[in-house]
Amino acid sequence: MPNAINIALIPLLPLAGFLLLGLFGKKVFKNSAGIIGTLILLISAGLAIYTAYGYFFDYGKVNDVYQKLIPLKYTWLEFSKDVSIDMGIILDPISAMMIVVVTFVSLMVHVYSLGYMKDEERYSTYYAYLSLFTFSMLGLVLSSNIFQIYIFWELVGVSSFLLIGFYYDRPSAVAASKKAFIVTRFADLGFLIGILVLSFYSGTLDFNTLIQKLTSPESSELKTAVASSFLGVSALTWGLALVFIGGAGKSAMFPLHIWLPDAMEGPTPVSALIHAATMVVAGVYLVARLFPVFALSAPDALSIVANVGAISALFAAIIACTQTDIKRVLAYSTMSQIGYMMFALGVSKYGGEDGLGYTASMFHLFTHAMFKALLFLGAGAVIHYVHSNDMKDMGGLRKHLPITHITFLLACLSIAGFPLLAGFFSKEEILLAAYQHNAIIYWIALITSGLTAFYMFRLYFSIFWNSPSPRGESRGEVHGEHHGEGGAAMMLPLLLLAVGAVFAGYIPFGHFVSSDGKALESEFHLSFSIAPVALGLIGILTAMWLYKNENEKPAKLAASLSGLYKSAYHKFYIDELYLFITKKVLFNLVARPAAWFDKTVVDGLVNFTGNTTQDISERIKSVQSGKVQQYAIYFLVSAVALALLFIYVWK
Amino acid sequence: MSEFLLIMKNELVITFIIFLLLFIKLGKGMKNESLLSLIQFLLLLNVGQGFTFSEGNLFGNMFTNTEQIALEKNILNLGVYLISLLGAGWLKQHKHLPEFFMLMLSALLGMNFLISSGNLLIFFLSLELSSIPVAAMANFDLEKKASSEAAMKMILSSAFSSGILLFGISLIYGTTGTISFAELPAALNGSTLQILAFVFLFTSFAFKLSIVPFHLWTADVYEGAPIAVTSFLSVISKGSVAFIFITALYKVFSPLQQTWYNMLVILSIATMITGNLFALRQQNLKRFLAFSSITQVGFILFGISGGTNASTSAVIYFVLIYVFSNLAVFGVVSIVSSATGRETISDFKAFYQNNKLLSWVMALALFSLAGVPPTAGFFGKMFLIVAGAGNSYLWFLVIAALNLVVSLYYYLKVVRAIFMDKNDNPIEKITIGASEKLGLIICSAGIVLVGLLSWVYQYISQL
Repeated sequence: MPNAINIALIPLLPLAGFLLLGLFGKKVFKNSAGIIGTLILLISAGLAIYTAYGYFFDYGKVNDVYQKLIPLKYTWLEFSKDVSIDMGIILDPISAMMIVVVTFVSLMVHVYSLGYMKDEERYSTYYAYLSLFTFSMLGLVLSSNIFQIYIFWELVGVSSFLLIGFYYDRPSAVAASKKAFIVTRFADLGFLIGILVLSFYSGTLDFNTLIQKLTSPESSELKTAVASSFLGVSALTWGLALVFIGGAGKSAMFPLHIWLPDAMEGPTPVSALIHAATMVVAGVYLVARLFPVFALSAPDALSIVANVGAISALFAAIIACTQTDIKRVLAYSTMSQIGYMMFALGVSKYGGEDGLGYTASMFHLFTHAMFKALLFLGAGAVIHYVHSNDMKDMGGLRKHLPITHITFLLACLSIAGFPLLAGFFSKEEILLAAYQHNAIIYWIALITSGLTAFYMFRLYFSIFWNSPSPRGESRGEVHGEHHGEGGAAMMLPLLLLAVGAVFAGYIPFGHFVSSDGKALESEFHLSFSIAPVALGLIGILTAMWLYKNENEKPAKLAASLSGLYKSAYHKFYIDELYLFITKKVLFNLVARPAAWFDKTVVDGLVNFTGNTTQDISERIKSVQSGKVQQYAIYFLVSAVALALLFIYVWK
Repeated sequence: MSEFLLIMKNELVITFIIFLLLFIKLGKGMKNESLLSLIQFLLLLNVGQGFTFSEGNLFGNMFTNTEQIALEKNILNLGVYLISLLGAGWLKQHKHLPEFFMLMLSALLGMNFLISSGNLLIFFLSLELSSIPVAAMANFDLEKKASSEAAMKMILSSAFSSGILLFGISLIYGTTGTISFAELPAALNGSTLQILAFVFLFTSFAFKLSIVPFHLWTADVYEGAPIAVTSFLSVISKGSVAFIFITALYKVFSPLQQTWYNMLVILSIATMITGNLFALRQQNLKRFLAFSSITQVGFILFGISGGTNASTSAVIYFVLIYVFSNLAVFGVVSIVSSATGRETISDFKAFYQNNKLLSWVMALALFSLAGVPPTAGFFGKMFLIVAGAGNSYLWFLVIAALNLVVSLYYYLKVVRAIFMDKNDNPIEKITIGASEKLGLIICSAGIVLVGLLSWVYQYISQL
């Protein structure tokens, strides 16, 4: 059986690290903070792998079905016999997988930061924040009830706010962290209402009970939740759709994605951790956690998930083709890939062969964590070398950064779906799932996969081939040999993640993770793979033709597609749309009248109360005269008055 | 005999400590520092022994002990121990240290008997035992005139209140023929004379608890008395009376429930509002705490008005939290006051600049007093309001909630002064002695843990 203490230690160790480094970091561990944080996480990762191994190969399976175990349950606030808020740990295939992903990627980022952040003034603070984030994320993953997950959800939001705004002396970083926080908070409002709706109808907050009550056809809770409707949509669908809004906010789904590109202002390793492998997939995880309810009881809500995911995937891929900031390209690529995971869940059904989408989504989450973290860390190494985020300042770096170059290439191939690399397998599964259930989404996914190959190799060729930019060259020379790729601390994570990006696809994922816990044989159709692979190759070759050597073709192409190019370059003006809605519409139509109301009516009332209070207290001051004989008289008079009141008046 | 020793163990231990101190005083005496350490150790042992108890009745039901009563007593023991830690700086310099503790322990002894009393006679005696020594303690800043004035005011008001209480008791005896708690409920029939007697009895509780309009002595005494005494009065004294108040209302005067419920409604509203009105404008922190503690009592009354077992648990739980939170604030004020002599709110502006630890403890405690989650104070208030709301008029609940908001405002005003306001002459860095540090740590831990560890409330509510 699982050892509750071992599992509880996985999130608690980073918490201890946070407290230790947060409280004493600046004084005691000024230089050793990184090592301490990394060692703590190493233990945590060890425990996570041990736990996952035990779960998958030892005790997790009963009668060939993976169980949802609750190794730890602590009743925190008990309102009545039935309703209580618990703090618990859930152990099922997806949480077991997630703890491994989170701790592994976090460990890589910790190690990488030893090199990348070593000259930072607030080195220990940085590691404290990283530990806090890791704790929150692990807590989120292991939460056994929906209220607990909400608490950790917000904690994740706070810690990512701290990390994005780490360079708090840069106005752009401050603005980005605020934007991320506000947009996700806004989405979380939906999540909270969704939680209230779901728990109101199911009468519980516990995931297992909630799923069981809202999926079994005989349960009275399900019947009421489906029967009561609002605006013609059942309460259950509302609840799940609202929960999905929360997930869409964190996972940067269209149209709540606007914070993700800006969040690239944070330190690059942070982007690798938060915006590639962990926090942004929280939304996917949330939908997966409630998947049985989505699939069995509210297919409408699930189709929302599918459509939003598909739109986001294509939309972000188009934008990614035009951006020149390499981290922003990766950000949009992340959004696109998460769109993949979302619509894979959306097209899936519950149980058996039809549940392929679920498995594929989780599989892609797993492989994506590897290659996207690798891409971000590789980009970090490039930025470290060039001191710029812009493609225009790069070019011809393959000689200067050989290890980064090779690992980056592997990651690009993997995400492009090049055969036999990790991304290939998971993407094929997603495409297959889409093909079986929804033709339109399949076509969108196919086009997106071609675009993905194109923009990733546009990125690759612009950085590592093309003509060296004069600026990049001079930078390199200034730093010369002693700078180089950034030492072993930065290269080791790249190599380890590269191993993941190449080989993670060979895990028979369906055996471990499936919608109903039973093993799912994934079939492999060679003929099915021809189309996506061919499209991918076309994308790669186009990118090579356009960007391998410096030439006029990209500019010409951009000119000929001027309208589309421009709007994609400006991210389809979504930010401007938000600005218009918030600044012009909300501000003038809502905020100003509200401000007037607030200033005159509300403030007036408050001031009135305040002034009256002051007045009264000024007048009754004399009662508190300090003369004890007066006190005695008041005492007696009050006693008599009370007696009279209760004897004659209020009997 | 052994029954006597076991059931009255808590009282006997306290008596033993009093005599021990007396002998030390009569003998050669000890240096203040080592004596204080000894006392702290003894009081810690006293808290430790409080965890064991035996239930039972003594002297023909004049004295009772139950698990609940034992818990209440031990909350008081804990409070006294914390005061001995937090007041260490002031106490060490005092030349009458053993007398101070003899008086305080005598008062504590009185409170223990008070909670355990099963008879109006022993109730009256123990009430006197619990208040007369406190008046002497209030005079302990010997060279300050305000301190003597406080003691004088207290003893006079207290005597006046006792007179009315005795009048009430004699009327009760006259109309019912009994003074035993067990027999009274059956004998009470709600006649005019009995209601008069009950009102008189009620006023003495109201006096001790500083319920408006019987609160007038509070501010003067709190301000004049040494801080250790003020904290004793506002926390330990109030707590003990609140405990016996519940017993009296629920068990003894249950036939008059309609009367006392209405009375509680009126007085609770008056108390909350008056406490708030005065607290808003106080500049001296001790006076501020005096009035805000009046408001807190108003909330306790709201909880008591619920009249169920849930109310009892909520009040005990609230008092426990109140011990930690209020003593922490008093502790900080006392440390600052004895080091610099400054105790107004504007003195505390920019306090954070030089005293990080003290500021955080103060903020935590004020948050808890204001009832901000996730501090224990939030849970305390929540259970009080829930307990009171079960049996309440809606408008009563609304008034309580509004007052909660007002109190939030002025508690946070102090926090704002500490952290955000500017000050040209902020309080210098203060070194904190080991005892005080320990006291503050215990209080802070209490404020955080009592709320989060749900078994604390569950334990109290199953008593």
